[in-house]
Amino acid sequence: MDYETLKLVWWLLVGVLLVGFAIMDGHDMGMGVLLPFVGRNDLERRAVINTVAPHWDGNQVWFITAGGAIFAAWPLVYATAFSGFYWAMMAALWALFFRPVGFDYRSKIQNPTWRSIWDWGLFIGGAVPPIIFGVAFGNLLQGVPFHFNDFLMSTYTGSFWALLNPFALLAGVVSLGMITFQGANYLMMRTEGDIYRRVRTASMLAGSLTLLLFALAGVWVAIGIDGYVITSAIDGNSLPDPLYKTVAIKEGAWMLNYNRYAWAIWVPTVAFAALGLGVVFAQSKKAGLAFWSSSVACAGIIGTAGVSMFPFIMPSSTDPRSSLTVYDAVSSHLTLGLMLGATVIFMPLIIFYTSWAYKVMWGKVTTEYIAANDKSVY
Amino acid sequence: MLTEELVDLSRLQFAATALYHFLFVPLTLGLSFILVIMELTYVITDRPIYKDMTRFWGKLFGINFALGVTTGITMEFQFGTNWAYYSHYVGDIFGAPLAIEGLMAFFLESTFIGLFFFGWDRLNKWQHFMVTVLMAVGSNLSALWILIANGWMQDPVGAEFSFATMRMEMTDFWAIVFNPTAQAKFVHTVSAGYVTASLFVLGISSYYLLKGRDLDFARRSFRIAAGFGFASALSVIVLGDESGYTVSESQQAKMAAIEAMWETEPAPAAFTLFALPNEAAQRNDYELQIPYMLGLIGTRSISETLPGIREIKEKNRARIESGMLAVAALEKIRKNRDDWDARSQFDLHKADLGFGLLLKKYTVDVSQATPEMIQQAVDSTIPRVAPLFWSFRLMVALGFAFLLLFSLALFHSIKGNFIEKKWLLRWALWFIPMPWIAAELGWVVAEYGRQPWSIYGVLPTHISVSNISVGNIYGSLAGFVGFYTVLLIVEMYLMTKYARLGPASLGTGKYYGETSKPGVGGALPAGAPASRI
Repeated sequence: MDYETLKLVWWLLVGVLLVGFAIMDGHDMGMGVLLPFVGRNDLERRAVINTVAPHWDGNQVWFITAGGAIFAAWPLVYATAFSGFYWAMMAALWALFFRPVGFDYRSKIQNPTWRSIWDWGLFIGGAVPPIIFGVAFGNLLQGVPFHFNDFLMSTYTGSFWALLNPFALLAGVVSLGMITFQGANYLMMRTEGDIYRRVRTASMLAGSLTLLLFALAGVWVAIGIDGYVITSAIDGNSLPDPLYKTVAIKEGAWMLNYNRYAWAIWVPTVAFAALGLGVVFAQSKKAGLAFWSSSVACAGIIGTAGVSMFPFIMPSSTDPRSSLTVYDAVSSHLTLGLMLGATVIFMPLIIFYTSWAYKVMWGKVTTEYIAANDKSVY
Repeated sequence: MLTEELVDLSRLQFAATALYHFLFVPLTLGLSFILVIMELTYVITDRPIYKDMTRFWGKLFGINFALGVTTGITMEFQFGTNWAYYSHYVGDIFGAPLAIEGLMAFFLESTFIGLFFFGWDRLNKWQHFMVTVLMAVGSNLSALWILIANGWMQDPVGAEFSFATMRMEMTDFWAIVFNPTAQAKFVHTVSAGYVTASLFVLGISSYYLLKGRDLDFARRSFRIAAGFGFASALSVIVLGDESGYTVSESQQAKMAAIEAMWETEPAPAAFTLFALPNEAAQRNDYELQIPYMLGLIGTRSISETLPGIREIKEKNRARIESGMLAVAALEKIRKNRDDWDARSQFDLHKADLGFGLLLKKYTVDVSQATPEMIQQAVDSTIPRVAPLFWSFRLMVALGFAFLLLFSLALFHSIKGNFIEKKWLLRWALWFIPMPWIAAELGWVVAEYGRQPWSIYGVLPTHISVSNISVGNIYGSLAGFVGFYTVLLIVEMYLMTKYARLGPASLGTGKYYGETSKPGVGGALPAGAPASRI
C-alpha cells in the first residue's frame, strides 16, 4: 500500500478507535453519569452498576488502545495535543481513576457513606472524560496556539482556562449528551421496573438535547468559526514534516469538504437521523434499536468533526504552518503498515470475544438478583 | 530553554507514577497463573475447595488489579503529557509496542477478567478455566510488549535517525521484538512477578496456619505457592543473570556504575561484593571482592575485559566532540534540506548525534560549547554510582533470600510437616513485602542506570521533556501523590480486611468465622435464599 493511502487509512482507523471508545466505554460512562439519578437506593444502584460489571474493564481498553494507536500512528499529535492540553488531560486521567476503584471497591464495604462516595466517583469518572474530550474537539475545530522550532520541539502558548471557551463548552455538552444517551439506551436493555422507566426518560431527554445542541454547534461552525486550508501543494507521499507547508485561516473553510466531496454530507445527516431515531425508539420502548441508533450517532458526531477538519487534525492558530494534518503528523511508512496489519489481525478477534462476553452475561439485572448474590456481584 | 528543574520534576513524576504502578503489576502477573493452577486442579479433581481457593485468591487479585488498571492509565498518556519531545522523537518505534499491547494483550486480559469474576454461574467448568487461562496469558503478554518498548529504550536496535522527519524511524520491527535486552528483561520481570505472587499466597496462608484456622484451605494454598515460588525464584536469578549479561553488552556505563568499577581491570574482572564508592575521588574507599566473578557474569569468558568508568568516559568524550559536529550539521540541514555540505558532514557524525545532543543541557548553541560544558557532559554519561551499586546488591540479596525461603517451604511441603515449622510460617508472613522492594529496586537499577539517556545513546533525558511550565508539574505531581496515597490506603485497608476475613468472604458458609454465626454451616435458616448457601 502506498504511503498516501496508508495515511488516509490511519485517519479512518483512528476514527474507528474513537468511535469504538464512544460506543463501548461510552455506554458504561453513560451508566456512571446516570447512576446517582436512576438508582434511588443501594440495591437499585447495584443493579445499575452490575449491568456493566463484567465489561467496563474491557471497554476501557478502547481508550487505552486509542491512546496507544495515536502514539504509534500520529506521534506528533500525541506529543503536541497531550502536552498542550496538559490540565485537561490530567483532569480526564484523574476522573478515570475513580472508575476501576469505584467499581471494584464500592460494594466491598457495607457503609452507606462509603458507597455513596464511590457512586459519585463513578459519576465523575463517567461525566468528566466525555466533557473534556468534547472540549478538546471544540478547541481543535477553532485551532490551538502552538508552534514548532526547527527540531520540531513544540511549545504551547495557551492556558487551560482558554480551552473553556463558549464553543468548546458547547462541544463538551454535546459529547456528554451523546454519552449519556448511549448509556441510557444500554441501561434500557439491561434493567427493568422503576430503573427502566427512569432511564427511558433520561434517554429521550439526552437524545433530544444532543440533537438540538449538535445542530447548534453545526451552525456555529458554519458561520462563526474560521477554518484552515493548506495553501501549498499537497504531496501525500512526502516524508512527514509539518513545517514543509503553508496554511491559511479562512472563513467557512470547515464547510469546504462538504462541497468538495459529495458523500461528506452523509456523515452529519446520519448523525442527525440516528439521534432522532434513537429518541423515537426509546419512546416506543425498542431498547435494542435505540442502542444501535445512539451507537451510530456516536460515529456520525465524531465523524462530522473529523470530516469537517480533514485533512487537519490539530490546526495551529498562532503559527498555521505548524498545523498537524493527516499527511505530516504521521509515523513512517513501515510503522503505519505494520500497525495496520496488527489492527486487521486483532480487531476482529477483539470484537469476537467481546461479543461472546456480552452474550454470556446478557439479560436483565434485577434488584432481586443482586440481593441473592450479595457476595459475588459488585 | 528547558530548565534543570523542569527536567528533574518531570523525571520525579515519571519515577513516582511508574514505581507506584509497579506496586500492582507483579502480583497481577503472578497471581493470574496461580489462579490457573488452582482452577486446573479444581477442574481435574472436581473438589469444591479448589474452586473456593480460586475464587478467594481471585478476590484479592481483583482488589490489586483495580489499582493496577488505575495507575496504568497514567502510564499510557504520560509520555504525551510530560515527554512530548520523546514522544515525537521515538514515537515511530516506541508507540507501536504500546498500541500492540492494547490490541493483543490488554483487551484480552480485561475482557476475560470480567468473565472470571462474574461468569462462574454462566460458564461450564472448562469454559471458565479457559477464561482464567486467557486472562493470565493476556496479562503476561501485556508485560511482554511493555518490556519490548522498555528494552528498546535500553538498547535501541532496528531504528535509524531521519533528518527529514527529525526523528528516529523503525527499520526492522522484528529486531525490536527479538531484541535480546527486551527478551531478557521480559522473562526476568515476569519471574519476579511470579515470586511476588507466590510469596503473597505463601505468607497469607502461613498467617491462617499460624492462627490455626482454615487449615485445609491454607495448607493447599501453601503447597501450590511453595512449588510455583521455588521454580520462579530459581528462574528470576538465572534470568536476572541473563539480563546482567545483556546490560554489560549494550550499556557499559550502567554496568560499570552498578559494579563501582572505576578502572578497567584485567580479565576476568573481580566482582565487588561490598564497597564504599567515592564519587568525588572516582574510587572506592573500601572494597571486598570475589576474584574472576564479574568477568564470568558480564562476558561469559575469562579473556574479555569490561571497561571501567574512566575508560568509558574517555570514549564518550570523543563521541561528544563528534556529536557536536553532527548537531551543527543537522541545524543547517533543518534550515535547508539541500545543503549538501552539511548533509555529508552529518553522515560522517550521525552515529554520535545523541552524544552531541547531551550538550543541549548546557547550551542552546551546541557548536559553541565550552570545554567545561563538554567536561560536564562527559561526566554526566556515567550514572551516579552509589544508588546503583546498593540497589543492585540489595535486590540480588533479596533474590537469594527468596530462593532459600522457597527451597525450605518446598522441602517441608514435600515432607508434609510445614504446619509445625512456626519459624518458617512467620518468615513467610513477614517477608510478604520483600518482593515488592526487590522489584522496585530492580527498576531503579534499570532506569536510573539508564541516565543521562531516555533512549540509550540516542536521546538525552534532558531534551525529552515537554516544554511546559514548572508550575504545571508541581500541580500535577501533587495531584498524583495525593490521589495515589489515598488510593493506596484504601487498597491496603481492603486487602488486609479481606485477607483477614479469609475464604469466609465468599459467603459459602464453610469457613472460619462463618460457622459461629447462627444458622450458617448448620441447618438452613427458614427463608434463606438458596443461592447464598
